Amino acid sequence: MAEARDLLALYRRLIAARLRAQLQYRTSFALEITGTLLISFIDFVAILVIFANVQQLAQWTLPEVALLYAISGLAFAFTDLAIGHLDEFPRLIRDGNFDLLLVRPRATLFQLLSADFQVRRLGKAVGALAVLAYALANLRIDWDIGRVAMLLLVVPVGVVIFASIWVTTICIAFWSVEAREASNAFTYGGQFLSQFPINVYDQWLRRFLAYIFPIAFVAYFPALYILGKPDPIGLPEWLRFVSPLVAVAAAFVASAVWRVGVRHYQSAGG
Amino acid sequence: MLPLSVRTDLEIARRGYLRYAAYPAATAAGAFTNIIFGLMRASVLLALFAERERIGAYDAAATITYVWVTQGLLNVVALWGWQELALRVRSGDIATDLIRPIHPIRAGLATDYGRALYQLIFRGIPPVAVGALAFGAVLPADPLVWLAFFASLALAVAVSFGFRLLYNLAAFWTTDTRGTMILALVVMSVFSGFTIPIQFFPPWLAAIANATPFPAMVQTPVDIFVGATRGPSVLVALAGQLAWAAGLLVVSYWLFAVGTRRLVVQGG
Repeated sequence: MAEARDLLALYRRLIAARLRAQLQYRTSFALEITGTLLISFIDFVAILVIFANVQQLAQWTLPEVALLYAISGLAFAFTDLAIGHLDEFPRLIRDGNFDLLLVRPRATLFQLLSADFQVRRLGKAVGALAVLAYALANLRIDWDIGRVAMLLLVVPVGVVIFASIWVTTICIAFWSVEAREASNAFTYGGQFLSQFPINVYDQWLRRFLAYIFPIAFVAYFPALYILGKPDPIGLPEWLRFVSPLVAVAAAFVASAVWRVGVRHYQSAGG
Repeated sequence: MLPLSVRTDLEIARRGYLRYAAYPAATAAGAFTNIIFGLMRASVLLALFAERERIGAYDAAATITYVWVTQGLLNVVALWGWQELALRVRSGDIATDLIRPIHPIRAGLATDYGRALYQLIFRGIPPVAVGALAFGAVLPADPLVWLAFFASLALAVAVSFGFRLLYNLAAFWTTDTRGTMILALVVMSVFSGFTIPIQFFPPWLAAIANATPFPAMVQTPVDIFVGATRGPSVLVALAGQLAWAAGLLVVSYWLFAVGTRRLVVQGG
């Protein structure tokens, strides 16, 4: 317990230092936050254009897809905000600078995650929030305690799932020098996938999404529950409730893979 | 024998090619990412055709082909940005470029063609091959279409380079080029037809897109590839691209001249 409090206090101090640094250049900061906001809208523009041509996409209406987009967008924005700098981690391995983390008296993963905090990435969350407002205003949802709880839970659960995928795939860096691009296929790719109903994908890709990279648990299954919508591909109903368990399992896998990676690390010498 | 200046251009292009060829593992990882995204984009757009037979000149087969070709083109036309010139202006390295006997924009264009050729071979062919072999992308049967496509692609690189120059040249006036670049990339990604074909846009939005140089970077070559542009209108499309490329490059030369006049490099 004391240890957890110590880590939390340390995390807060490190992040506060990052924030002060980023706010030094106000104009750049404002431009970048606007930029990330707009980038997050590109995919939604695509969704709007799709629905300018059809009423339904794989039996989902525009506000329903907007709900998926918003959940996935919010979860990804907060993940990116907190740990997006993991993309720079492969360089640490390549330079051999990972050694520095190994000799410090805190867990390596903790040190890495607390190394940065890119506030400009909040721009993504703003875009997703606007889409969420649009979705909720245009959907007729039969609100009850369960649905409200699900809506509140779904973003933190999504963050844990995305973060676990990020940590797991960036571990490729322990074995290969070009980990970043390959990892991006799963992180950014995962976000793209979760914006759309998984019944647009082929069966083999769907299985991959649901059971190996559990992207379907970020937005698809929780959204089915919130909407009270029958699953177009008829998967069992209990899947709608297990996202938190999936998130916990994913986090365990991520930390296990990380430990294996660290043990494999051999430094660059020097 | 080619004139000396052209031989110099070719040599610069060769060096541009070699610079990228130095990182084969990065290229392989990048091509893998392009293929994964191709798969996902194809699935989403294909779901559209469960509801409709065709949209504009695009049917399901053309749309799948569109997805795989755009995934292949992405890096050829450097849709995700390029800020080499901006960084050289900011660091003052541009001063070295200015004393060289070749105009930096001309040398930059030659380097970019070398880069584009490398990206075409190693980032362009894999997604299109995977799309054609496994996912039903259709390759043109007519060699003339291939010829027109490659001509259009060469022009697309020039248009893209001209536009990239514009947001890089902003570095002469402002120190923050990243923000400018991000905004440029957003506009480019939507209006070039990369995110979704321009033919799918509502008419008013398509009209806006078609009034910009962006479709000349992606949509025009892809339309030729999938057969949405055919016959004499191919020549019109190529002429349009040529006009945009020339226009953007002329404006860039002019901006560069104005910019260098106010440039101050600290040195010693």
